[in-house]
Amino acid sequence: MDMIKLNNRDYEWEEGLTVRRLLQKETFTYPRLIVKINNVLVPDEEFESTVIRDGDDVKVIHLLAGG
Amino acid sequence: MNIEKLKSAHKLLKEYKYELGKIERGYTNRTLYINLGDNTIKEKTVTQLMKDKFIGGKGFGLYYLWNAVTPDTKWNSPENEIVIASGPVGGITQYPGSGKSLVCSLSPLTGMPMDSNVGGYFGPLLKFSGFDALELQGKADKDVIVFIDGNSGTIRIEEAPEEAIDSHILGEQLTEMYAENEEDKRNISVVSAGSAANNAYIGLLNFTFYDVRRKQIRLKQAGRGGIGTVFRDKKIKALVVKFAGVKGNLNNPADQSSINKAGIKLHKEIHDLDDKQNRMRQVGTANIIEVMDQYDLLPTHNYKFGGHPDTYKISSKVFTSMITQNTPDGCWYGCSMSCAKAVDRFELKTGPYKGQKVIVDGPEYENAAGLGSNCGIFDPYAILELNFYCDTYAVDTISYGTLTAFLMECYENGIINKEITGGLELNFGNSSASLEMLHQMARGEGFGKLAGLGIRNLKRIFVEQYGADPVFLNDIGMEQKGLEFSEYMPKESLAQQGGYGLTNKGPQHDEAWLIFMDMVNNQIPTFEDKAEALHYFPMFRTWFGLNGLCKLPWNDIAPADNKLTEEPAKIPDHVQNYVDIFNGVTGKKIDKNELIVQSERVYNFQRIFNIRMGYGKRIHDAIPYRAMGPVTAEEYLSRQERYDKQLKELVGFNPEGKTTEEKMAALRAYRKDQYEKLTDAVYKRRGWTMDGVPTVEHLKAIGMDLPELVEVVKKHL
Repeated sequence: MDMIKLNNRDYEWEEGLTVRRLLQKETFTYPRLIVKINNVLVPDEEFESTVIRDGDDVKVIHLLAGG
Repeated sequence: MNIEKLKSAHKLLKEYKYELGKIERGYTNRTLYINLGDNTIKEKTVTQLMKDKFIGGKGFGLYYLWNAVTPDTKWNSPENEIVIASGPVGGITQYPGSGKSLVCSLSPLTGMPMDSNVGGYFGPLLKFSGFDALELQGKADKDVIVFIDGNSGTIRIEEAPEEAIDSHILGEQLTEMYAENEEDKRNISVVSAGSAANNAYIGLLNFTFYDVRRKQIRLKQAGRGGIGTVFRDKKIKALVVKFAGVKGNLNNPADQSSINKAGIKLHKEIHDLDDKQNRMRQVGTANIIEVMDQYDLLPTHNYKFGGHPDTYKISSKVFTSMITQNTPDGCWYGCSMSCAKAVDRFELKTGPYKGQKVIVDGPEYENAAGLGSNCGIFDPYAILELNFYCDTYAVDTISYGTLTAFLMECYENGIINKEITGGLELNFGNSSASLEMLHQMARGEGFGKLAGLGIRNLKRIFVEQYGADPVFLNDIGMEQKGLEFSEYMPKESLAQQGGYGLTNKGPQHDEAWLIFMDMVNNQIPTFEDKAEALHYFPMFRTWFGLNGLCKLPWNDIAPADNKLTEEPAKIPDHVQNYVDIFNGVTGKKIDKNELIVQSERVYNFQRIFNIRMGYGKRIHDAIPYRAMGPVTAEEYLSRQERYDKQLKELVGFNPEGKTTEEKMAALRAYRKDQYEKLTDAVYKRRGWTMDGVPTVEHLKAIGMDLPELVEVVKKHL
């Protein structure tokens, strides 16, 4: 099975998986996110166009530190 | 309202004149002591030790409380105190969130020192009137008001028999009574409780500020731990402070420009980014209701679940449409974050004020989650009505929500029934029953009065009087140390279980909120990582309470380039702002590391205070299993795929062919063991023994080896 790492956990990869699609699949709806692929920051405006490749190390860091 | 009639019924018990002081670098260097038992009023000098070791705010409150009580003192002993203090930074107007008051007292719920952080103008106006803190000790014979006139240097204790008890009326009456005219009302702040605080252990204190646009008082709450109950037990009807002449430089800071600089930077961030980030200016803390639901973190049905299909009915969009928009809602001057939201002209449908149109301060996230989803209530009007009555009756919305959710689960399990509740049908979702129980609590009648004793007492009563299973009640009763949990689902975040459990005052999220760092981001995977977070964040957050500051401007807004920093969760740029404004006010030269040590001193002091009162050990840091995992098959089955996967991958237990009960038992053993391992790691990081006692070596290392503290810990080492 083709896999990526999402926040250091195994995650099933699919062909054409974009950052936006990943966020939708995971219902990552919180607006303050830091997304990095292989430690390179992905700007918010590039979520739609950035394709995640098989084996990538993806970090989606939520900057929510609560009440 | 006939103010003259109310005023003419006052009887002066004591008047005290004092010299107006001057604030030097954030301190008046003087505090005010009032004994309601014998009407003593005196001034005390702030010592260098207090400033060096305790800083101010909650630090001063805990210090005075320690000196006032003995290990035998109970919440309703005359010697118990209520201490209200701002802090050295408190009262500046250039940096958002700088008007907080910190309130400390021995709690009726926990028997330990409680601290609560509240907005409104009282703390800063008290300081500008000449006092870094106010100590209230003793008990009055009849209801009294304490009035502090910070311009004439006069303090009066007056019997006040005729004013209302409930805060939304009393606050208006006293603002009208003590103001010279409409313009003068902004110079007044009232502290009061409400009728439920006469009966329930979950009474809170309301702090007012006068909203000059609405021409009404607003209420902010020192909610947690029953300090309003102590207030009414002392027969204090209200505290009133009046000070005209608030200006931006009254703290007489060492370096005004560094404060201005930090403030301008943050104002710009809020202006430019808040609409894209948390929308604090639109809807306040309620912005996260649906976020919590989407991440399975919104407590639902007494923390059984983390979400519900009906959450959309109480989403932030719904409340945004009800909250009055485009009006500055800061609870202290200069706070551009403006999160003190309100619903105007809300028509009440129940209770003694039925039919009246009132202002509802809120809803905060905690109110929507506690009074709403956790009780299965998804009616925004019911939530607002509960919110209003909790505030004016002086009921902590968090404790009320969590204990009502507990009672609803007990009711649905047949542990209590209609006969016991006096006819209240406490099913999940029954907002009418919740409202009626609240009104009973205020009247001191029926099942509502019993409910006001809090979950810990209710568990005992249900076991003793109704033969309930103590194991089940301890599993589902979401309290620890006697305090009800606040409104986040911690089951899937071990670090947040520690954030609730390994605290000084009980499971309140203001020490640490680590759910996303842990559960979603997976940034703190090891016990040591979690322990480091459970060291840093509680210490950092403690610091707000030492200085009269609000937590929200720290991380509910972040600079645009925060994501490029090494540790974005800490918001490093804002940490530096706090260093700068502290140094700017006090003239000291601390750095971000010394900031943490300042907190560590007070944090360890509070821990030792707990130990001195007979608590504060490892056994008291245990949490109910509902906070850790599924207690019932219903919970397990609702997230079966997740739990089965964890059993396979984390526990090494093959769930195939096993009954739900067998799987639950295996998961329970694993999760409880994880919590114990986390506890070990956190105690080690904090410099405590494995029983949770600060070591003498650690106290020396942080400069807090005061003889009275060493004397307490030595008995436990």
